[in-house]
Amino acid sequence: MEQNRSILLCGVGGQGTVLASKLIAYAAMRGGLEVRTSETIGMAQRGGCVVSHVRVGHHINSPLIPRGSADLLLGFEPAEAVRCLPYLRRGGTAVVSRAPISPVTASLSGSSYNGADMLTYLAEQVENLIILDTEEIIVACGSPRVLNIALLAAAAKTDALGITPDELRAAVRERLPEKFHALNLGAIDYICRR
Amino acid sequence: MSTEFLMGNEAIALGALDAGVNVVTGYPGTPSSEILETVARRREKENPDVYVEWSVNEKAALEVAAGAAYAGARTLVTMKQVGLNVASDPLMSLAYVGVKGGMVIVSADDPGPISSQTEQDTRTFAAFAHLPVFDPSSPEEAYRMIGDAFALSEQYGTPVLFRPTTRVCHGCAPVERTDKPLRNTPEGFVRDPARWVIFPRASYLNHIKLANRERELDEKFSAYPLNTAENTAGGRRAIACGGISYAYVKEALEQLGAENVPLLRIATPYPFPEQLTSAFLRDKDEILVAEELDPVIERALLLCCGRAHLPVTVRGKLDGTMPQAGENSVEQLRTAIAAFLGLPAPKAENRAEPPALPVRPPVLCAGCPHRASFYAVKRAMKELGQKAYFCGDIGCYTLGNAAPLDMVDTCLCMGADVTIAQGLRRVEKDAVCFSFIGDSTFFASGMTGVVNAVYNGTDIVLTVLDNSTTAMTGHQPHPGTGRTMMGEMTAKLSIERVLEALGVSSLRIVDPLDQAAAVDAVKAAAGERGVRALIFRSPCIAVTKPNATYTVTDACIGCGKCVRELGCPATVRQGKQVRIDPALCFGCSLCAQYCPTGAIVKKEVR
Ligand code: SF4
Ligand code: SF4
Repeated sequence: MEQNRSILLCGVGGQGTVLASKLIAYAAMRGGLEVRTSETIGMAQRGGCVVSHVRVGHHINSPLIPRGSADLLLGFEPAEAVRCLPYLRRGGTAVVSRAPISPVTASLSGSSYNGADMLTYLAEQVENLIILDTEEIIVACGSPRVLNIALLAAAAKTDALGITPDELRAAVRERLPEKFHALNLGAIDYICRR
Repeated sequence: MSTEFLMGNEAIALGALDAGVNVVTGYPGTPSSEILETVARRREKENPDVYVEWSVNEKAALEVAAGAAYAGARTLVTMKQVGLNVASDPLMSLAYVGVKGGMVIVSADDPGPISSQTEQDTRTFAAFAHLPVFDPSSPEEAYRMIGDAFALSEQYGTPVLFRPTTRVCHGCAPVERTDKPLRNTPEGFVRDPARWVIFPRASYLNHIKLANRERELDEKFSAYPLNTAENTAGGRRAIACGGISYAYVKEALEQLGAENVPLLRIATPYPFPEQLTSAFLRDKDEILVAEELDPVIERALLLCCGRAHLPVTVRGKLDGTMPQAGENSVEQLRTAIAAFLGLPAPKAENRAEPPALPVRPPVLCAGCPHRASFYAVKRAMKELGQKAYFCGDIGCYTLGNAAPLDMVDTCLCMGADVTIAQGLRRVEKDAVCFSFIGDSTFFASGMTGVVNAVYNGTDIVLTVLDNSTTAMTGHQPHPGTGRTMMGEMTAKLSIERVLEALGVSSLRIVDPLDQAAAVDAVKAAAGERGVRALIFRSPCIAVTKPNATYTVTDACIGCGKCVRELGCPATVRQGKQVRIDPALCFGCSLCAQYCPTGAIVKKEVR
């Protein structure tokens, strides 16, 4: 890999962004690359917006990705993907989960938020957009916990992640406790078959 | 050498273990908590002789470590920046007395602030206390600097401050570890009252010593390899920076194609490496300072220019060139540097205006017992129709301030709920003044406030939200949990017995998830005088298992009461009805207790 690669993961506290960033970092390091990441830890983890920055390459200064320079955006939630879109560079790829997460405030004010506007906006703005049918994947895999690995697998299928599905499988086997292997490997297979 | 992918906080912990640390103490606080947790997790394998504890608060942590350091142990103390305020009493004196074994105090700063009450700067504190301070720019540097900090501490017999910021603490990078870790065998305590007993006369002499040391350290730090003067011949305009801003500046310069600009990087902001700096500034006209929080480097540069009669213009926060508050970023520094160097400004990528984004403030978890506690108090006071004020504190329960609960009127600092309520009551004579304090905070700094109220006969309702953990910072054990960081079981301190001993006028213990009982208890307490204690006892959902989930039947008339009143994130409006997200519901039953049609029912028992 010549150029550094910057990957931004964003979602809502509790969705598993940190684990996903760890897997990317691990797989990249296994491939002999330098990695820097930065995580949101603290109050925002209670249902607030969380962002993980992952930078992979040969020589990296800042652990944070400057705006307009992420090569890949992994959106765990449509509105969060829109919120973080300024980080994506022109021509970058976004992989986004279709399932919206309604903030408590929206429920309170009675205003409905269903994510549709967000997906439309993303479709207009992002050249390489992959929308993941989250509900379908969860049903097929039998657990809502597979969202993060499904997003990674979908990105791995394209060139955008810089990690192949097989490298991702290896990272799962080597980094996750054995009892989670079947579920996560199953999700990777499911995404790769599609 | 072995390489590990480490979070900055892990690198600090392993750096200390590899520097032969013997005793590690601290109090949890974002962004510092993972340091001590890493020591606890790794000590068995790395060095089983290491002792580690969560102390009851930062003051206790520092004092325990000081005692151990008096006896020759290498000690590490960890806290967040506001914790340093709590520890400042022993710290200021310890700076005079000094230590025998190396002592490094990590105080993690939080520019932004992201998870803190203030944007205070530990570097400023270091100057105030006359203590050397290290300021790493990455996890790798943090690992290395911890060893340097221990060596310096022992050489000068002084505690040394170490201040990473959030992006260093919570950033991860591959870190090369030494395969020759140091080990320290403490010599033991040697009685020497002239040294270990602080007295005015000795302090006068020590003050002189501290001031003289500053000059010595200037020389030493001017030669420290991590204080760097790069591209010194690269022109008359230079940049100065420190901490994580060094990484940002490097990247910004690369992006601007200005890698040859002279760059001064300060890794030890106090005592300031003035010799290095004056030499660097000698042929410069102008210097731009990139730092977060206080203008520490900027002030030192001005001082340096004054002392050396250097005609250099210093640009930074003091002259309004740089932002006064908040975090730095590559983008913002790139713009500032481009303007400073007279380079074309990088153009911003403009996209079409996005649709209105939902705001997503952090909220209490679904099933959080604090929601039930706050709601019981709210309801009771509404039913009594009495004026009431609610003084909150630091922890997950600060989130009780958000709609729809809206149950935190004040929040200042750890322990202040108990005492602010007393002050309010002195003025608001017809109001019931409630204080809300978590179990960990109660032990950390709540008890003296209770004594104050009992002693002075102030009427308050002291509400202890006992969820058996230190939830906000990541579920650390505390004196009430019966577990220590050494993995041992220990006696559980009983909050009720403490309160009884302190002489509260009444004490009620209720399960907040039993709303009828909880509301009754609040009403009864509200009707009494004196210091009435209410313990709401129910574990945090993170330290317990859900026993059921709830679901909404067709009996739901869509009144929205559950959503409107309680704000549990698992309840969502869906068309004319309300739905419960089964993945989020923790089965606390709170919403079911208030549904007017009984539409919310227990679904499956887990
Ligand atoms: S029972 Fe109701 S209030 Fe409790 S967690 Fe489930 S949805 Fe939330
Ligand atoms: S972590 Fe525990 S205390 Fe904090 S909001 Fe969640 S349930 Fe409540």
